[in-house]
Amino acid sequence: MTGLLVGLGRASLSVFERLGRGHLFLLRILLGLAALVRRPRLLVVQVWSVGVQSLLIIVVAGTFVGMVLALQGYNTLITFGAEQSLGVVVAKSLLRELGPVIAALLFAGRAGSALTAEIGFMKATEQLSAMEMMAVDPVRRIVVPRFVAGIISMPLLAAIFTAVGVLGGHFCGVGLLGVDEGAFWSQMQAKVTLLDDVVNGVMIKSLAFGFVVSWIAVFEGYDAVPTSEGVSAATTRTVVHSSLAILALDFILTGLMFN
Amino acid sequence: MKDPRLMEISVGAFVAIGLAALLLLALKVANLAQFSPPPGYEVKAYFDNIGGLQVRSPVKMGGVLVGRITNIGFDSKRFQAVVTLRISQIYNSIPADTAANIYTAGLLGEQYVGLEAGGDDTSLVAGDEITITQSAVVLEKIIQEFLYSKTTKSASPGS
Repeated sequence: MTGLLVGLGRASLSVFERLGRGHLFLLRILLGLAALVRRPRLLVVQVWSVGVQSLLIIVVAGTFVGMVLALQGYNTLITFGAEQSLGVVVAKSLLRELGPVIAALLFAGRAGSALTAEIGFMKATEQLSAMEMMAVDPVRRIVVPRFVAGIISMPLLAAIFTAVGVLGGHFCGVGLLGVDEGAFWSQMQAKVTLLDDVVNGVMIKSLAFGFVVSWIAVFEGYDAVPTSEGVSAATTRTVVHSSLAILALDFILTGLMFN
Repeated sequence: MKDPRLMEISVGAFVAIGLAALLLLALKVANLAQFSPPPGYEVKAYFDNIGGLQVRSPVKMGGVLVGRITNIGFDSKRFQAVVTLRISQIYNSIPADTAANIYTAGLLGEQYVGLEAGGDDTSLVAGDEITITQSAVVLEKIIQEFLYSKTTKSASPGS
């Protein structure tokens, strides 16, 4: 009984400890942001490895998500004779939910895990300590560019995902299923609004997701136990925690934006 | 990727593609181009019931989009809904005795204001009021009337 209580207390204390360390780490990152202005090349390299490298999976996934939305939407709408609203269904669901959420989930799996593994191995091979020995702050040199690159890349990837998804839905709905092209676009344009759907949906949501995923990824890497098992566990935690954080945050943001 | 120049180019292309996608969403999907209403003049119309009419709903004449609804309010003296219609400047010779009706596009579609031209020589100008109006069709009312007429019909032979 005492053992159970001790275990419970230890577990909750370690949760709070990690939570506190995570937020202090975020503070360190934010304080180090200014260093990036002097060395913008570091950022370019990271945008390449975080953003450009994720482009292929985002484009392919976006196309198929858009196509399957059109297919499913068509099958449902045709029973009401309302298949002309297919454009609205595809565009609204992509802009408000699927675009930012699926892009962020893919981003967490593709880029977040890579960030954690990279920083974790730098720690395991004592590269971070070596930097400190040379009076180079590893947070400013290694962590900040990766964090900012994630925040920059995420909205761009979400926008690409959504745009490609709408085009995929157009290909499937208009090209394969024979929905009227004029109705597809005009209904979409009549119902989709810039502020509610494009700015709130794609931009704000994906910025928030990019922030959370990058934060979790760099923190888990920096906080990893410096062994092979430690890095592997940290990488797993990054994917699991970011995915859960994305879905939970999405619910909150949706509640705030579209109530 | 070893060549730093190639990497920089691909990052630049990535950012450009991302912004282009955003532009596509704003212009093609959300149709930003129609966001600011074209120059036009505003007229008012009073309806007993506007049904599901909304701000930005279309105003059509002969099925052609001639304007949009910019404001919907309630006149507490006349106990009627007051709808402000903004009609494009190019349609500046609409007769003053034009009728405004609220129609529904299709069975489940959105509602819009349909204008039917009258025969007056004078044209509508800014600030005018469209006096001949017909309210939105409320489905429940029709069903109610239908049921009422049914029951009175079936009751009358027995009495």
